Amino acid sequence: MGAGAVRETTHDTGHGGGDETQFISALRAGDEPAFVELIDRYHAGMVRLASVFVRDAAVAEEVVQEAWVGVLRGLHRFDARSSLKHWISTILINRAKTRAVRERRSIPFSALTVDTGFELFEPSVERERFQSDDADQWRGGWVSFPQDWTNAPDEQLLSQETHNHIHACIDALPASQRDVVWLRDVHGLTAGETCSLLRISEVNQRVLLHRGRAKVRLALELYLAGK
Amino acid sequence: MDMQPSDLTCQELVELVTEYLENCMAPDERVRFEAHIMVCPGCRTYLEQMRQTIRAIGQLTEESLDPTTRDKLLALFRNWKRNG
Repeated sequence: MGAGAVRETTHDTGHGGGDETQFISALRAGDEPAFVELIDRYHAGMVRLASVFVRDAAVAEEVVQEAWVGVLRGLHRFDARSSLKHWISTILINRAKTRAVRERRSIPFSALTVDTGFELFEPSVERERFQSDDADQWRGGWVSFPQDWTNAPDEQLLSQETHNHIHACIDALPASQRDVVWLRDVHGLTAGETCSLLRISEVNQRVLLHRGRAKVRLALELYLAGK
Repeated sequence: MDMQPSDLTCQELVELVTEYLENCMAPDERVRFEAHIMVCPGCRTYLEQMRQTIRAIGQLTEESLDPTTRDKLLALFRNWKRNG
């Protein structure tokens, strides 16, 4: 997986174009506040990403520190073909994999453990919310429509409290779903990159992603409804 | 093509959202999906909520750092700055 790997266009890139260019120039110039902003934004997420590959929390923390050194050393050749976030994730994943191999563990844990991430069918929305099979009409239709979230302004969706809630929800997912959501939606890796890292098929990847997202959506729905 | 409501139920549609967003649907399946979305406000809302959820998850990496880790990382940074 190269730093210039094709990214899917829908994903958030953190900083927008010109803004990111300025930010990178500041980093290259050794601007400390810019670095503080960078680590504030990414460090904790990187530790979680590293934990996909190395179990020990202290080792994950070490791997991320190594990755930061790699980021600083590589800054001059970062060419903005990918977003900064994606580039950093790539560096980190390479380190984490090297470290995992050294510890004779090259397969992510989720690939080794049997969890309920894939085996059982889990409906995206509870069955009770749809008309049953013996209903007179609209079988499989909504009993009542989901409340749209346009009344919950983006600020609420983006509030720290909501973030914490989403975080807790992702942490509670079965490991295989969590890893996929983490790589795809938090770190912006492509489906192909995620499949090869986790050694799963395209279909598995998509099912795991869907189940993970569906659970987070449900948790958000309950949360925004004040339940 | 004549669209019957029974063609694709809401309950079936919610299982296909990621496949739709990932652009992995067969063309005729995609037509069925989009035809349903056009006439069904509930599923339109569901699809939009999945998009909002994905955007919200994408913002997650911003977390506060504990001071010890921050100091350690700042030391790495200063060292890099000194030595180029």
